Amino acid sequence: MENDQDKVLNEVTTGEYKYGFVTDIETDVIPKGLSEDVVRLISAKKEEPEWMLEFRLKAFRHWLTMKMPAWANLKIPEINYQDIIFYAAPRQKPAPGSLSEVDPQLIKTFDKLGIPLEEQKRLTGVAVDAVMDSISVKTTFRETLAELGIIFCSFSEAVREHPSLVQKYLASVVPYTDNFFATLNSAVFSDGSFCYIPKGVRCPMELSTYFRINTSNTGQFERTLLIADEESYVSYLEGCTAPMRDENQLHAAVVEIVAERGAEVKYSTVQNWYPGDRDGKGGILNFVTKRGMCKGDDSKISWTQVETGSAITWKYPSCILRGNNSTGEFYSVAVTNNYQQADTGTKMIHIGKNTKSTIVSKGISAGFGQNSYRGLVKVLGKAEGARNFSQCDSLLLGDKCGAHTFPYIEVDNPSAIVEHEATTSRIGEDQIFYCNQRGISTEDAIGLIVNGYAREVINKLPMEFAVEAQKLLQISLEGSVG
Amino acid sequence: MDYRPEVISKLSAMFNAGHGTFLKDSPELFNRHREKAFNDFLRLGIPDRKNEAYKYTNLEKFLNYQYQDYFFPLPSDFREAERFHCEVEDLNVWNMVLLNGFFPHGEDGLVMLPGGIWVGSMKAAVRQFPSLVEKHYNRYVEDGTDGLIPLNTALASDGLFLYAPKNTVYTKPIQIVNLLHSDKDIFVQDRNLIIVEEGAQLSLLSCDHSISPRRFLTNTITEVYVGRNARFDIIRVQNQHDNSGKITHTFIHQERDSYASSNNISLHGGLVRNATWHYLGGENSETHSYGLFLADKDQHIANFVKVDHVAPNCNSTQLFKGVLDDNSSGAFNGRIMVHKDAQKTNAYQSNNNIILSDTARMDTKPQLEIYADDVRCSHGATVGQLDENALFYLRSRGIDVHEARLMLMFGFAHEVIKKISIEALRDRIDDLVQKRLRGELSRCASCAVQCN
Repeated sequence: MENDQDKVLNEVTTGEYKYGFVTDIETDVIPKGLSEDVVRLISAKKEEPEWMLEFRLKAFRHWLTMKMPAWANLKIPEINYQDIIFYAAPRQKPAPGSLSEVDPQLIKTFDKLGIPLEEQKRLTGVAVDAVMDSISVKTTFRETLAELGIIFCSFSEAVREHPSLVQKYLASVVPYTDNFFATLNSAVFSDGSFCYIPKGVRCPMELSTYFRINTSNTGQFERTLLIADEESYVSYLEGCTAPMRDENQLHAAVVEIVAERGAEVKYSTVQNWYPGDRDGKGGILNFVTKRGMCKGDDSKISWTQVETGSAITWKYPSCILRGNNSTGEFYSVAVTNNYQQADTGTKMIHIGKNTKSTIVSKGISAGFGQNSYRGLVKVLGKAEGARNFSQCDSLLLGDKCGAHTFPYIEVDNPSAIVEHEATTSRIGEDQIFYCNQRGISTEDAIGLIVNGYAREVINKLPMEFAVEAQKLLQISLEGSVG
Repeated sequence: MDYRPEVISKLSAMFNAGHGTFLKDSPELFNRHREKAFNDFLRLGIPDRKNEAYKYTNLEKFLNYQYQDYFFPLPSDFREAERFHCEVEDLNVWNMVLLNGFFPHGEDGLVMLPGGIWVGSMKAAVRQFPSLVEKHYNRYVEDGTDGLIPLNTALASDGLFLYAPKNTVYTKPIQIVNLLHSDKDIFVQDRNLIIVEEGAQLSLLSCDHSISPRRFLTNTITEVYVGRNARFDIIRVQNQHDNSGKITHTFIHQERDSYASSNNISLHGGLVRNATWHYLGGENSETHSYGLFLADKDQHIANFVKVDHVAPNCNSTQLFKGVLDDNSSGAFNGRIMVHKDAQKTNAYQSNNNIILSDTARMDTKPQLEIYADDVRCSHGATVGQLDENALFYLRSRGIDVHEARLMLMFGFAHEVIKKISIEALRDRIDDLVQKRLRGELSRCASCAVQCN
C-alpha cells in the first residue's frame, strides 16, 4: 500500500504546468537594470504627471537605503536587480477602443488561458482587466460599469483621468516606505487595475484582473488600488499565470483597498504563477504586499486566496480595522509541491471598537515543499470588545516536506478575546482505508480528502473561481499521500 | 539611546579583571570555557527587542543598572541562610538553602543522600567527579542568538550540582531554596548541573526568595541530563520582590525512554524570564513543560519554551497560563520543532491568558515548525477575560460577583497547579494563588522586604 501511494504521489506531483507557453508578440522593452534614470524612463513612457514621478523617485531613493528582509522562513536565491527588465509592454496601437483593435495574438493568449476578453461572453458576467507583462491590455464591460458610476480601468488611465482620486488614496494604506518590496514596487510599478465604487452602489458583476508575465527576464510590478465608497459592495477577483522558464522571475505587487463606512470588499486571488520545475529550477518569486483599510465604521474586507503557484510566495494580505464594528476576514489555501516555498498569512490590526476578524488558513505541503503560516493579530488599547478567531491547519503529504506555524498575538486591551488554534497532521491511513473499503481508489480518496480539507476556504470564492480553484487543487495534489 | 554598549564595556572590564576575583578560585574546567564564551557574548550582545526570542521582553530596566561588580559570599552571610525556614507545612523533602546561588561551606559542600544521590556545589563536584562533570558541563547549551547564555558561561563560578548515579532513586523531593540576600545591589550568575543517569529518578523543588530589599538580577543556567529510562521533575516557585529580576535558562537533554517535566510557578518578581529547552534526543521519551504566572503592578513575566523532537515516537506537552493585572505585561514564546526523522511525534502546546485591567498587556507567539509528516501537532492560544456565561451561572446560584470571579480565576490557575506532583506543595501553591488572587499576597503581605 505504501508503494502504491508513493506511485500515485509521484504521478500527481509530476503533473505539468498547463500555462507554460510563451506568446510570440512584439514587445516594447527597456534595457535591464535599475537606476533613477530607469524610474524616470518608466514614468516618461507612461506619460505620467509630475507628482507621480515625484512619488516614484521618493520611493526609489528610500529603497536604496533598505535591505532585503531575511526574517521569513524561506531560502531566497540572490536577486540581482541590475539583471531585471523593469518595463515590458506588448506593442500595440495606443488605447484600443474596441476589441477588434487589440492584437489578435493577445486575444489568443487570453483565450488560451480561458479568460473571457470578448464581451459577447456576457454569460460569464465578469468584467476583466487583462494585464500582460507590465501593461493593462484590455478592460471589458467598462461602459456597463460606467453607467453606475463605477470606475474600473488600468492604473495608468486612472492616473490620467482621475488624478484626484489616485492622489488621495495612493499609498494611503501601503506607504512607499512600508517594506523592501512595496518600496521597490512604488518606484517602478508599471500598471495594474484601478477601481472605484461610488456611494451606495452594489457592483452588479464580479470585477477581475488577470495577470500574465510573458517576456523573459522581466519583473512584473503591478499596483492595484480599490476604493469602495460608503455603503458600496464589490467582489474582486485576481488570477495569474506565467510561462515556464529556467530562471527565476520577480513579481512584486502591491494591492491597496480602502473601505469607507459600511462598504464591503471581497478580494479573491487564485495565484498560479509558474512554480518552477520538478527540481526547483526557475519559477516566479512572488513578493506581494496586500493590505486593506476598513476606514469607516461597519466596513468589511474579506481576503480569499488560493496559492498554488510560484517558486517562492511571500504574501500577507492584511486588514487594518480602523472603523468601529468593522470586520476583517482571511481565508487561505496554500499548496507547496516539489521545491516550492510559501511564507504566507495575514495581519489583523484591531484599532476600532468591536472589531472582528476571522482567519482560516489551510496549508498543504507535498514533495520538498515548505509551507509556513505567519500571522499577526494585534489589539490596540482602544479596541474595546475586539474579537479574533484564527485557525491554521497544515496537511503534510510526504516525508520530505515541512509545515510551520508562526502566529503572533499582541493584546493590549482587557475586553479583547483572541483565540488561535492550529493543527498539523497527515491524511490518516484510516481515512484512506475507509474510502478504499467503499470502492474509492486511493487517488480519488486523497482528492476527496484534500478538497474536503480546503472546502471551508474554497466555499468563500465566487462561483467562477471556486470551480477553477478546485481543479487547480486537484492538478496540484490529487492522489498524493503522506 | 542604546544603553547596551555601556553595559557591555562594563562587563568586559569586569571579565578582564576576573583574575583577581572569580577566575582565581573557579574550577579549571569553568575557566577553560570562559574565553570563547565571552567572545560569543560580545558577538551576540545583550538581546534587545529585535531578537525574536526577546521581541516582547525589554531587559533594559534591569540590565542598565550599576550593580556591584561581583559577589563573593562570606561565611557570615550564610548565617541568614541557616535561619531560613520554609513555611510550607508537611513538606516532606530534603532541604538545602543556597545564598545567591552559592552553596554553603563552599568547597566542602558535597553530600551523599540515602540511596546514593549527591548534592553539592559545582566547585566540589569538579574535584570529586572530574571526568563526569567534564562530560556534561556546557554540552547541552544551545548555541543560539541569546548573548546572556554565553555571558553566564563566561562569568559563573559556582552553582548547584545534583547527581543521581545509575538506578538510584531518592523518594523524597530535593528542595533547594535560593535566597537573595545582600546589602548591595548584585548581579548573580549561577551555573547548575543536574545529571540523572540511566534508570535513576530525581525530583527537584527549587524556590527563590529575596529577603533583602536590594536590587537583584539573576542570570542562571541549569543543564540537565536525563539518561535512558530515567525520570526527572523540576518545580520552580519564584517569589521575589519587584526590584529583582530573574532570568533562567534551562536545558533538558533526554535520552531514550526517559521522562522529564518542568513546572515554573511565577508568583512574584519585577522581571521574570524563564527559558526552557527540551531536547528529545532518544526514542520513546516524554517531556512536559508547564508554567503559571500571576503578574501585577509593573511586572513583566515571560516564558520561552522550545521543544526539539529529534527522535521519533516522542510525546510532549506545553501548558502555560497567565493572569495579568494593573500595568503588568506577559509574554509567551513557545516553539515545537519536529526534526526530519522524528516520525510519530505527538506534540501539544497551549497558552491561555486572562487580562484583568485596561493597562495590562499580553503578547503570545506559539509556533510550530515541522519537517516530518507522520506527526500530530497542535497548538492553541487564547487571550481574553472570564467567561460571562460561567459568571452568570455562578451568580444565578447565589454566589456574588466578586467571589464568582475568584472561583473562575482560581479554576483557571489550578489547571497548571494540579500538575505538581508533590501533594503538600500543591496545596500550598493553591493557597498562595488563592491569596494572591484575593489581593492579599499581591500587596506583599507575607514579604519581609516591603519593597514598596
